Amino acid sequence: MNCDVCQQKDATVFLTQIVGGKMQKVNLCEACSKEKGVNDPTGFALADLLHGMGAAQDIDRTAGGLKCPVCGFTQGDFKKTGRLGCSACYDVFSEGLEGILKNMHKGSEHVGKAPEGFQRTQLFDTRIKTLQTNLDSAVKAEEYEKAADLRDQIRRIETGQEV
Amino acid sequence: MKLSRIIANTGAWLSGDGPHRQIVVSSRVRLARNLKSKPFPGWAKKAERIEVLKSVKSAVEHLPEMEDAFSENLESLSPLEKQVLVERHLISREHAAKGVGSAVVMNVPQTLSFMINEEDHLRMQAICCGLQLGKVFAMIDQADTELEPMLDFAFHAKLGYLTACPTNVGTGMRASAMLHLPGLVLSDQMNKIINSVNKIGLAVRGLHGEGTEAMGNLFQVSNQTTLGEGEEEIIERLDKVIQTVIEHEQNARTLLLQRKPVTLLDQIGRAYGVLSHAHSISSKEALNLLSTIKLGVDLDLFPEAHRFPVDELFIETQPAHLQKGAQAQKMTAEERDTLRAALIRAKLKNVPEPDIAKITTQPSRSPENDE
Repeated sequence: MNCDVCQQKDATVFLTQIVGGKMQKVNLCEACSKEKGVNDPTGFALADLLHGMGAAQDIDRTAGGLKCPVCGFTQGDFKKTGRLGCSACYDVFSEGLEGILKNMHKGSEHVGKAPEGFQRTQLFDTRIKTLQTNLDSAVKAEEYEKAADLRDQIRRIETGQEV
Repeated sequence: MKLSRIIANTGAWLSGDGPHRQIVVSSRVRLARNLKSKPFPGWAKKAERIEVLKSVKSAVEHLPEMEDAFSENLESLSPLEKQVLVERHLISREHAAKGVGSAVVMNVPQTLSFMINEEDHLRMQAICCGLQLGKVFAMIDQADTELEPMLDFAFHAKLGYLTACPTNVGTGMRASAMLHLPGLVLSDQMNKIINSVNKIGLAVRGLHGEGTEAMGNLFQVSNQTTLGEGEEEIIERLDKVIQTVIEHEQNARTLLLQRKPVTLLDQIGRAYGVLSHAHSISSKEALNLLSTIKLGVDLDLFPEAHRFPVDELFIETQPAHLQKGAQAQKMTAEERDTLRAALIRAKLKNVPEPDIAKITTQPSRSPENDE
């Protein structure tokens, strides 16, 4: 079996750790285990090692020649650095990233603080969406008077006359 | 504000007071933020980094809490000045290696510091004495909220705050506490603690974070994940775990006092002996022995009045701090070891010998104390 880090030498150090209820295994050769500080329990967390590895290979498999239109970052760059190029990369490489993030973190969706401006736009978006759905069903049900009211309300919200 | 004036004092986080002050040296929370659609620092070209630096730096300088702050581009700092900031945990080792296109801004009490163009466009941290993660988070959260209208932060509806490394995405928050755990180390329980803390998704690291050695019985405990859990939730969980570690440390100390009082006295006495008479001492040996002296202060073997001078030595005996005090040409390692020993000897002159009457060396034999 080859070492997971250098992929060259024979693995002689085998590690197993349970992180978040999932079992993770790493096989290392002696040189790489020393370099990663496996023998020094204080400086070593398997999770750190796993975070750095595997991630890049995952994105490599799924991203197949993708390139970020905003910053020109490619999946090859990600493989080399383990970092992304810009905020837009998260959408460009979203497919490969999904699995990586799932393994790294507790959940796959952000819970917690959001910029105030963002909260407002999101509230605005959901409000318009709900009204639009109501409008569609009113038209379908041929309730034209109700539909007209809804249409006016949407217009008032969009032009900022109503909050 | 000049750096020399800022670094003349060791900073509020060392001298202040806080809950569990004896065991928890400091609490720290850092947030990572990036500007929308601008290449992250590691991928940006020099001109792009400088452009981001300009807008972020001016926004940070305008914060009300950063009035009279120290603000400097990294290329204007000497390697020594950078190293002093690293030893104080005000900037990271990675940031100290940066030059043109990166900057640091910090307030006078050194409780808030902002690294511009480290791995992310902005990394801001608050640091306080003792265990008060909630308070520290509130400080940095306020700064973040104040920056929001001035800077267009990259925020994703599903993934939260976007960061250069996927390990920080979501809250972008790393909360940590620096713990002094000589009892657990002396009683060989530290590996057990590290393993169990790792199992619940938290990390234990050495003095200067990722990949560093544990010296002076100092350990950093921090959250490992940032996505799928809110800031308050993360802090609450971390706080609970730290409280448990503190309990274990206190129990370990009590047990050592009961079962191995002679070993304990011997260690403290030897540390006192070596430190008050050494003429050359490495930074690692000094830290480890100072840790034992600090334990002695906790156990009342040394007067409480000496707590702060001893704590200060932890920072002052670090290589860059010694060099900064020397005002001379760059010292060799041997010269630093000599200066370090002299500095410690001078400070320990005022510290009386350990008061061994405070510890009963006879193992207790009364039946109610038996297990």
